[in-house]
Amino acid sequence: MADDRLPAATLNSARWLQRAAGALTWPLNPSDYLGALFADTPGGNAVVERIGHPTPDAVTLTLRVPRGFPRHRAGQFVRLGVDIDGVRHSRCYSIASAPERDDGCIEITAKAIAGGRVSAHLNELLRVGARLQIDAPAGDFVLPEWLPERLLFITAGSGITPVMGMLRSLDARGTVPEVTLVHAAPDAASMIYGDELAAFAARHPQVTLHRVYTRAQGRFDVSQLDAVCEGWAGCETWACGPDALLQQLEDHWQQAGIGARLHTERFRPRVPQAGDATAARVQFLRSARVVDGRGDQPVLDLAELNGLSPAHGCRMGICHGCTATLKSGCVRDLRNGKTFDEEGDLVQICVCAPIGDVEIDL
Amino acid sequence: MSHTHYLTDAQADAFGRELDAIRDEIKASLGESDAAYIRRMIRIQRGLDIGGRALLFAGVLPPAWLAGTAMLSIAKILENMEVGHNVMHAQWDWMKDPKIHSTTWEWDTACPSDQWKHSHNYMHHTYTNVVGMDRDVGYGILRMSPQQPWRPWNLGQPVYNALLAGLFQYGVALHDVEFERVLEGKKTWRDAWARLKAIGRKTGRQTLKDYVLFPLLAGPFFLYVFSGNLVANFVRNLWAYTIIFCGHFPSGSHTFSESSVENESRGRWYLRQLLGSCNIKGGKVFHILSGNLSHQIEHHLFPDLPSNRYAEIAPRVQALCEQYGLPYNTGSLARQFGTTTWRVLRLSLPGGQSLEPQLA
Repeated sequence: MADDRLPAATLNSARWLQRAAGALTWPLNPSDYLGALFADTPGGNAVVERIGHPTPDAVTLTLRVPRGFPRHRAGQFVRLGVDIDGVRHSRCYSIASAPERDDGCIEITAKAIAGGRVSAHLNELLRVGARLQIDAPAGDFVLPEWLPERLLFITAGSGITPVMGMLRSLDARGTVPEVTLVHAAPDAASMIYGDELAAFAARHPQVTLHRVYTRAQGRFDVSQLDAVCEGWAGCETWACGPDALLQQLEDHWQQAGIGARLHTERFRPRVPQAGDATAARVQFLRSARVVDGRGDQPVLDLAELNGLSPAHGCRMGICHGCTATLKSGCVRDLRNGKTFDEEGDLVQICVCAPIGDVEIDL
Repeated sequence: MSHTHYLTDAQADAFGRELDAIRDEIKASLGESDAAYIRRMIRIQRGLDIGGRALLFAGVLPPAWLAGTAMLSIAKILENMEVGHNVMHAQWDWMKDPKIHSTTWEWDTACPSDQWKHSHNYMHHTYTNVVGMDRDVGYGILRMSPQQPWRPWNLGQPVYNALLAGLFQYGVALHDVEFERVLEGKKTWRDAWARLKAIGRKTGRQTLKDYVLFPLLAGPFFLYVFSGNLVANFVRNLWAYTIIFCGHFPSGSHTFSESSVENESRGRWYLRQLLGSCNIKGGKVFHILSGNLSHQIEHHLFPDLPSNRYAEIAPRVQALCEQYGLPYNTGSLARQFGTTTWRVLRLSLPGGQSLEPQLA
């Protein structure tokens, strides 16, 4: 971020110095040695600055991002690497702060998921000063460059987080258009950002806020659309929440013939059950091949049966010569039943079999 | 020699299951303290590296030169063995830290990591001590098994052996080119040339760093830094050679024929790893400096388990061997290195069948 304000000559000599330092520390980088000399920074490049609990089962983290961290677009997410028992787990979280925020920090909010190891860690064990690994922001669930006249947001639970980033950004830019926001939570006490949304709506008369408390009122569904937002079909709409809600909205918008006006964001893929003979489907992304197989066939075998020839070695799980990147879905190590289901997991395809739909970077 | 002698098929399967259970148990118990171990090791190694190089700038003072060279030697040994070798074996992949991962690691030696992972992780660890398949059996230049036919040029073996020890990093670098397979027509020149080019690039950068840039940075003390780096690389070469040759060639170690590994079961694969590997006794520091390859048997049974756990696995493996009536080859460094060197000398002459263990 700071680089483009420096004169070209300074930049050139900085680059030259970096190259020279790189030749001295080859095959490592100068920063690898600096880390060893000064601060040991296991865990990652972002520091937890503040921890808040907006509701009993959610945690809001203020993270100091490294210098030069790319500015996100409102609505995008970051992948966070969290070290638990020596293992780095990766999860995606929407950035709830506005890109206009200029104190070098971003904010994320994570809800505790039943049985969720990472969200439990963030909620209960994380302390201020801890380090997390943060990757560049990504995602296309964002506001367009040219704002439409009327916006509709439909969110539930922690689905508010990307939309919060969008609203805060609109607020910071001072260009809040006509907005209708429907936000659902079990009750007032468990509604994330409930108070801030109310204050936001109070400040801007063109903003209509509908808070839906599902424990008392039941779930929000498409039959209530007309009541909360007259002329919803004319709005550009962003929705984020549980899969069932999003599926319903997508069907509804499709039927109305305006599917392109609805933008949705999902974070939790459906995890299928493991089973030996269950049908499975593997997509080999780089070779653009889709292969049907079973849950007891190693991914390497499936690839070879279908004419692909990925690099490999021992075929018994010891040499790691076949390691490939899992892009989505879940695979199971046939030796011990251990499953891998995180995007970016490096898996040994000679001993791992697919569970359900799997995408592999091969 | 065949490894069907020691166990029946059913016994081999049972033996394999017991080892699988040890592997699963250790895998499940990996955690925070293991992660802290490798990170601490990397920090110590980099600290020694920086300290050693800094002291060499004051190398005009003999104690500084000696201390700097010693620190740099130890740093290079740690980097190659306890850190590099083991990281590239995927021993630390379970942490999912992209900075300490087999797919991203590059080490401070002439051999490019991707070539090494092929010749070592795949060829050597899958076909351990199989004459004609495991190229660590003599590196294509030494006759290390009586199963290898004797040729007159083997007479020069003591000399080749000394050269290999001193220039070990370059020997390892050229390993995956497989010159003799190119000459036999089993591998194309084009393939060999591509590998040579990659080795050239890597060696070039290594040479630039140790023998040009750092000495130049020292200005008038060019020669002190140059000589310190030269000695450090040499010490590392000798040490790596010693540990690695003691891993498979001391007296009592078995070599195998290609036919003996056809349709080999997992249990028999374990058995062959055991019979072809040898441990070296020593203290904690010695084990770390050897990259825990002093636990060569455990490393070959479980090549991707973290090295800091081999010491606790060793007594369990040894007890299992006793239970199944299997040999467990361990001894002092003097015993293992002495008998390895004897093997090199003996096999420079024809014959040598008596070096293979005699089965009752």
